[in-house]
Amino acid sequence: MEVGLTHYLAVSALLFCLGLFGVLTRRNAVAILMGIELILNAANINFVAFNKYVSPGAVSGQIFALVVITLAACEAAVGLALVMAAYRGLETAYVDEINLMKW
Amino acid sequence: MGKLAVFIILSCVTLIPAVIVVTSRNMVRAALSLVPTFLGVTGLYVTLDAEFVAGIQVLIYAGAITVLILFVIMLTEGGTGLRVRQMNAQTKLGALVAFGMAVVLIAFTTATRWPVKAGTMPRYNAAAVGNAFLTSYALVFEVTSLVLLVSLIGAIIIARREE
Amino acid sequence: MNWLIEIGKAAALCVVVFTFIAISVMVMVYAERKLSAWMQARIGPRHVGPQGLLQLIADTVKLLQKENIVPRQADYLVFSTAPLIVAVAALLDYVVIPLGKVGDTVLIVRDINIGVLYFAAMASLTVIGILTGGWASNNKYSLLGGLRSAAQMVSYEIPLGLSIICVAMLASTLSTVGIVEAQRGRWFIFQAFPFGFFAFVVFIIASTAETNRVPFDLPEAESELIAGYQSEYTGMRFSLFQLGEYGELFGMSAMAVVMFLGGWSGPRPVPPLLWFFIKTYALVFVMIWVRWTYPRFRIDQLLNLSWKFLLPVGLVNILGIGAWLILLR
Repeated sequence: MEVGLTHYLAVSALLFCLGLFGVLTRRNAVAILMGIELILNAANINFVAFNKYVSPGAVSGQIFALVVITLAACEAAVGLALVMAAYRGLETAYVDEINLMKW
Repeated sequence: MGKLAVFIILSCVTLIPAVIVVTSRNMVRAALSLVPTFLGVTGLYVTLDAEFVAGIQVLIYAGAITVLILFVIMLTEGGTGLRVRQMNAQTKLGALVAFGMAVVLIAFTTATRWPVKAGTMPRYNAAAVGNAFLTSYALVFEVTSLVLLVSLIGAIIIARREE
Repeated sequence: MNWLIEIGKAAALCVVVFTFIAISVMVMVYAERKLSAWMQARIGPRHVGPQGLLQLIADTVKLLQKENIVPRQADYLVFSTAPLIVAVAALLDYVVIPLGKVGDTVLIVRDINIGVLYFAAMASLTVIGILTGGWASNNKYSLLGGLRSAAQMVSYEIPLGLSIICVAMLASTLSTVGIVEAQRGRWFIFQAFPFGFFAFVVFIIASTAETNRVPFDLPEAESELIAGYQSEYTGMRFSLFQLGEYGELFGMSAMAVVMFLGGWSGPRPVPPLLWFFIKTYALVFVMIWVRWTYPRFRIDQLLNLSWKFLLPVGLVNILGIGAWLILLR
């Protein structure tokens, strides 16, 4: 059996859903960020796989994978800075305990 | 045959640690499990002829983002969270949604007829990516660097202790 | 069954590279002990074998026999994985280092087309092992050492990457063999004067910091952190950390030779392989020399050096080399 586009899409779909599960069920803000990283990786697999199988010869999918990696780094830096700031002010990194704005 | 074996091994390396990432009660182990996941994804990139993306993936994800995450886990008190409940009340619902999503996504991706084209990727990958970044995608490149700068400043201001 | 042969080849090459690293680490540790003794007007090891040459073999055997102690309350799984990560990351560095040329074949495990990027990526994996090793020991000094090393290595990766970009610009390829061949006329350290030289200096400083050696050894400062992340490790695991550290030192020196000092090239009668080792060991000597000459930095001085000095110099270098490539070549 040849490895085709669908195989990669299936792996990426499974990775995406694992990340989604993490984002939906975790209480710790850092763990939620880890789920988001999984989701971004799944998206990147899709970009690169489509690039190879749908438009070989160009590298546009890889370009966008690189952009996503850069933005993931930004997101991790800002997100973790927010976690640190919240931890300093409220002494918790658990999102359901950060409820100052909730009435 | 060989290609399929490589693909299956790499998928297992990607997906099994990913399960640990989202379910482990120990936060450090969860963060550490991100490393094999990222390396597995790197392997998938290599099988897809994207060597440059693979190198950047290891450098940024495995070498920098994981370290940043581990750093924050170790800096927050009780960060390992062994004595704390890690899952919220909607675990079952979340699992259901994720499972449903997986079924739907896989069903649709296998049912769709993708416009697959045969062809070869550029031989020297890094040069092709560099050329594309500075010609057709120059705007994307500039905007990304702007976002990078903004998030750099933002992260410093947010994380700075107020005097 | 082509891929079975490939896997067999990969396994065989792993054994070869690992043996090579183990031997060169032994040579380096012996050299370090002898040279430090010489610099401090001592004698150094001389009882085991002629001039103490077998001392390192005796030490290795001793370390292998020792009991592996795991502290109570330590995270066993993470504790035992951490040294493996450090050692394997050092091992993977060697895949892209061309050792020399015999006839027309280049002695290299794999000449991959993103060679130097691969090298930087693998070198950046070491920090995960050190950080988690420090955490898993369940010891405050180890944890402090691990956190310091994370801050240090992540900040020094950036100048390292910037000087690698300079080389990639001069050679217009990322493959290590291509880089060596591009230096046939003139070594990169002398090209685009003075920017090539600056890039070399930045690379050497950053690589000393990446290998956690004096004056950048804050993660394992004996006098303040009782050896930092290594303090709870014994026996085989400790020697794996040492192996990773010295392997990284040799790898970084070899990469500096490949990128700036012309790799295996040199005047005729001496074979290329020998030239490569002469240059690499000269750099290793410089690093040992630095270690036994300078005192340790403070943490704020360390981070200031990286962010306020090396980073701007690296960026100006890239600008300068770009201008030189356009205007003068």
